[in-house]
Amino acid sequence: MSRSIRTALLLALMTPVARAAAAQTIAITGGTVYPISGPRIDGGTVLIRDGIIAAVGRDVLVPTGATRIDATGRVVTPGFFAAASELGAALIGGAAAETREVQHDGDVNAAFNVGEGIDPAAVSIPVARLEGITTAVVTAAGSLLPGQAVLIDLDGDRVESMLVRSPVAMMADVSQGSKGAGGGSRAGALQRLRQILRDALEYAERRADFRKAQMQPLAAPAADLDALLPVLRGELPLYVTANRRSDIESALRLAREFKLRLIVRGGAEAWQVAPALAAAKVPVAIEPMTDIPSFDAPGARLDNGTILHDAGVMVLITHRGEDQMRDLRQSAGNAVRNGMSWDAALRAVTLDPARAFGVADRYGALEAGRVANVVVWSGDPLELSSGAERVLIRGRDLPMTSRQTQLRERYRTLPPRY
Amino acid sequence: MPRWVLPFLAAASTSCAAGAAPGAAPTPAAASAASTPYPSTYRRHRDSTFLIRNATVLTAAGPELTGASVLLRDGRIVAVGRDIAAPAGARVIDGTGRFVTPGLIDTHSHIGVYAAPGTAAEADGNEATAPVTAEVWAEHSIWPQDPQIPLAIAGGITTIQVLPGSANLIGGRSATVRLIPARTVQEMKFPGAPYGLKMACGENPKRVYAMRGPSTRMGNMAGYRAAFIAAEQYRRVWDKWNATHHGDPPARDLRSETLAGVLAGRILVHNHCYRADEMAQMMDLAREFGFKIRSFHHAVEAYKIADLLASNGVAASIWHDWWGFKMESLDGIPENAALLQQAGARVIIHSDDANGIQRLNQEAAKAMYAGTRAGLAVSREQAIRWITLNPAWAIGIDSTTGSLEQGKSADVVVWSGDPFSVYSKADMVFNDGWLVFDRHDPARQPSTDFNVGIAAPGVGR
Repeated sequence: MSRSIRTALLLALMTPVARAAAAQTIAITGGTVYPISGPRIDGGTVLIRDGIIAAVGRDVLVPTGATRIDATGRVVTPGFFAAASELGAALIGGAAAETREVQHDGDVNAAFNVGEGIDPAAVSIPVARLEGITTAVVTAAGSLLPGQAVLIDLDGDRVESMLVRSPVAMMADVSQGSKGAGGGSRAGALQRLRQILRDALEYAERRADFRKAQMQPLAAPAADLDALLPVLRGELPLYVTANRRSDIESALRLAREFKLRLIVRGGAEAWQVAPALAAAKVPVAIEPMTDIPSFDAPGARLDNGTILHDAGVMVLITHRGEDQMRDLRQSAGNAVRNGMSWDAALRAVTLDPARAFGVADRYGALEAGRVANVVVWSGDPLELSSGAERVLIRGRDLPMTSRQTQLRERYRTLPPRY
Repeated sequence: MPRWVLPFLAAASTSCAAGAAPGAAPTPAAASAASTPYPSTYRRHRDSTFLIRNATVLTAAGPELTGASVLLRDGRIVAVGRDIAAPAGARVIDGTGRFVTPGLIDTHSHIGVYAAPGTAAEADGNEATAPVTAEVWAEHSIWPQDPQIPLAIAGGITTIQVLPGSANLIGGRSATVRLIPARTVQEMKFPGAPYGLKMACGENPKRVYAMRGPSTRMGNMAGYRAAFIAAEQYRRVWDKWNATHHGDPPARDLRSETLAGVLAGRILVHNHCYRADEMAQMMDLAREFGFKIRSFHHAVEAYKIADLLASNGVAASIWHDWWGFKMESLDGIPENAALLQQAGARVIIHSDDANGIQRLNQEAAKAMYAGTRAGLAVSREQAIRWITLNPAWAIGIDSTTGSLEQGKSADVVVWSGDPFSVYSKADMVFNDGWLVFDRHDPARQPSTDFNVGIAAPGVGR
């Protein structure tokens, strides 16, 4: 067969093959299944059709022709949900100019949406995926109102095929990091934030006057105020970085004043205001391995998540750093080490972030009708001795390879195989 | 009485000079390494005799023992094994379901020199005013009240090497300190530990000195070479004077004094270096000047030259899986440790991080299991050495600590469970026989001054 004929055949085959993959029926059988939304199922089956979970249970009939994945002796969970990341939008801190997406137009970037900056080919994506992370909030960072975060699945060759929701949250920062936006003062930063939100409300009511230039100058450009309106209508959560107790209280105050849906990010001293957070139904995305005192959080402690959870706060477990996002499950394991229940820690990386970001109807649990993001683990997913063995995203059984596994194989024996 | 005479003391202190045998005085660099100014004032803290009974024991010197006991008395390990009777008055600790390991040792810490709360006022780790600052000593920056110290103790750490930062080609001398509550750094200094020298390759120095140079990797190399050429000259001048004591002693130079100590093999070189090709260059540099590099640090590409590191006897102090935060760390892989172990190189898991140091056991566990999953079997006995005996060797204290062997210092951790599990905690930490941390006894949970009135002390923070 000549090369050109072979190439033509390949091209002809590729499209239908891709469709066939999506239309595949897959049955993951025999595993210990943690649906999260319901009790554990021993020897359960997860049936996937066309990228959607068709059935979960002990007595699920596996259709003939279904591809079987034997999970006997294995643990099956929903794919892990990274509630805060820069996956695909930032890679090498030391080469940020080339590899990081940040809008640097001053302190207010509400109109900036990070989505189109995501590189589906980023080598960090498979690295995170190999550790069972299937879905990630990609944040904007670095200013008072850094911009809009998006939610992606960690598979796809185009941004469009990865996006789950855009925007999924409006980022804000009232921690030490935003003092500069308030003239060196937290109070100034909050006043500025209030002015922007008030102006957004006024702008919404007086667009015609604005167009005729019959208004006082506004605190931010129209595009930014426009972008804030879904936040002010309570449709889009404001995802606020705050660590010091007083900063968390400021965020709560702001949310009350403007009737905002709030999610706190960081929350190192959130344990000190746990009842208030619980009463306001504000989820807190913590990093459970944070305990070093700073002036942004002198009271940081390892059992922050435990105290919050016990007080009835929805805890989301996150992990710092785009390159280290793979350690998300170690973070969850450490939450358990420091007193959180195993079930709660598992929810904190699956269903609870899906709820906080408004996609719990499709994500975060193994239940019929939900997106088939499923991980088969060799054992306890939070334990260091275990690993992800199969990772399925939207029903696609993905290759367990990354640039790192390729490097490993290249150097497995020396001299390397160039 | 010291057998050596510091030049600046020679005139003032004739009694010292009288004790020195003429012609036998070593070079000043040797003197400062062997019997230093700023000496350790460490004194062992008296505590009970302890018998830990019926535990699983990872000794770092032999096979894992089950149902075993460890007897600690007067700061020493007296016995390890089965059927050890409790001496009269000994405090008996039930080790059922628990694990015992040597105290963990970190070759790469900036605790004390980059202390919490992390304001500019505590940034004492990089003397970034010149590319070569071999004259600075980390111990002169260490703040014993760093609130990160009790957090590391609670993670089972008993000894750390505190290094200057990596801004400079040659950053200065390290200090090896026991992690114990203390008012002065001298009280923490590990008696008899040799000094280390911090060197740094690659991106950091060339970034920091981009405007004045070095601004390239070749500039980095030229910088190290110039410094060691000066040190060779200095060493010759002092050797000559020490042989005769004719005329005035040569001028002292702290920078060359430290580097002459490296040339004499008394100061161990710890070299921050990420890329495989640069590590090879640094081993050539060491050969040019006749010294040995004790350990590369960070070494994310060590797996690419695992054979070279093994044959040169250079240890690799690495993270488990840090990667991608700068270009020279792009090729980091989780199997680095396992590939090095397979090649027979000396593996060390280090932290370089006041957060990571609290979970050095977890980092070793991840590195071990990453190897296992990739078909590179690593034994638990090997993995425990990555955070105990191997770092002890790298900082030159392995004859004193790093393994549970009779006669060694009683640096011991009792873990709530398997130290390679994410769920286990250090329950008890013994430092030279002192039960310095007990998770179940608030009286044994040290805190530092900064935390007073600011944060709750000790455990669970």
